[in-house]
Amino acid sequence: MEHYNMNLTLKVWRQKNNQAAGSLETYQVKDISSEMSFLEMFDVLNDQLIVAGEDPIAFDHDCREGICGQCSMHINGRAHGPWANNTTCQLHMRAFKDGDTIVVEPWRSKAFPVIKDLIVDRSSFDRIIQSGGYISINTGNAVDANSLPIDKKNADDAFMAAACIGCGACVATCVNSSAMLFVSAKVSQLALLPQGQPERQSRVLNMVAQMDKENFGNCTNTYACEAECPKGISVSNIARMNREYLNAGLTTES
Amino acid sequence: MTWKLLFTSSIGKKFTMGLTGLFLISFLIVHCSINAMIFFNDGGETFNHWGHFMGANLIVRTMEIGLFLFLLLHIVQGLMLWSQNNKARPVKYIVKDDNNSSKWYSRSMGLLGTLILIFLVLHLYHFWAPSRFGGMAGIRPLEETTLSTYNNQEVHNLYAEMLLVFQNNLLIVLIYIFGVFSLCWHLIHGFQSAFQTFGINHKRYTPIIKTAGLAYSVIICLLFASMPVAIYLHWIQ
Repeated sequence: MEHYNMNLTLKVWRQKNNQAAGSLETYQVKDISSEMSFLEMFDVLNDQLIVAGEDPIAFDHDCREGICGQCSMHINGRAHGPWANNTTCQLHMRAFKDGDTIVVEPWRSKAFPVIKDLIVDRSSFDRIIQSGGYISINTGNAVDANSLPIDKKNADDAFMAAACIGCGACVATCVNSSAMLFVSAKVSQLALLPQGQPERQSRVLNMVAQMDKENFGNCTNTYACEAECPKGISVSNIARMNREYLNAGLTTES
Repeated sequence: MTWKLLFTSSIGKKFTMGLTGLFLISFLIVHCSINAMIFFNDGGETFNHWGHFMGANLIVRTMEIGLFLFLLLHIVQGLMLWSQNNKARPVKYIVKDDNNSSKWYSRSMGLLGTLILIFLVLHLYHFWAPSRFGGMAGIRPLEETTLSTYNNQEVHNLYAEMLLVFQNNLLIVLIYIFGVFSLCWHLIHGFQSAFQTFGINHKRYTPIIKTAGLAYSVIICLLFASMPVAIYLHWIQ
């Protein structure tokens, strides 16, 4: 692919803190390489702001390899920008043309309050995990791996669900801010494996209860979450969680 | 786990919507089949016969109570979900490009449902109310819509009522077409969505469910829409 430089107009959401009212601020960046990642373009912009004595734009990022799920940017109306199965750090500037205007906003959800600029508080996801997204392991010697036979299909499905990086793009893109794709990926991953069986019923009930407490919306099966998920988590996980929930809800006594 | 929680949690509310929705879908099959009897073009003979069968049948009358209860549950639950979902994003996006990731009608179930509800009020006023409470003030007297004898029984001439409502009233016909149009999009999403809610998402079955849902929605709604049109254009007398 041919390399080119571009000049861009950026409209970025600036918000001092959780209580302050925010607004879109306009910035110009020049000579941006088409080989840069979107975050590197933001580094250039922040450099510019620091040199000018202004407050740099706060944004989340960590691995820059597409696996940490931190880079939560809503770019031109889409979670993680225009590319499919992609995080913001893996979005490259060749997705844009010279002279483009790019609007960047934080995730919008009651459950993800803005901390500053583009950084949102995703601890609601942590609390959902704490409510049941784990397995109990007794201490002692590790058991022989071959003593736990696992069906290949289940192992694959569990692995696909475990690919969820908890970035929150599903919530950000859902018309209802529903967290069903995230929670269902975590429920599925453990429900499909033998290690997840002891807490199978209480897990789904507790995690859904916590999800409801965190003010996420309800699922309308629009499947936008699946389309925007950087890891391609399937909505079949949501169907599985619905089955798990119905099953646990009807049979559990506690 | 209590029964209450099973139905008031976010997933439970979806179960309620799906169950009542599927019941209403089954109702529409009966409603549409019997209405389609007008296309025999026999002056409403067949249609009124089956209309009378439904109206004078104790089992159907009892099920009608269930129908209204489920309909009410579907409406109330739907409006509550709509308002809750709206509150889940208090600050909206300035730019939101939704059409890349989902269909407009799947995101508009609340709006489509409300349009159907408004249509339904008019529809019940036109047909159900005069048939049940003909003598009620403000509603057309029963006499106008009643044939004197039919199999030696007094029968509501709902066919005459249909002609009366649609024959010379373009506005009403257009409102009905719009109502049925809203219903069609609501059903295309609702039919397959209900199965996903019940946990049925399968490589082999889901494509069948989606195709069946699309075929059902289009056929039912085309049939419904063709009724006022056919009457307005005097195709059936």
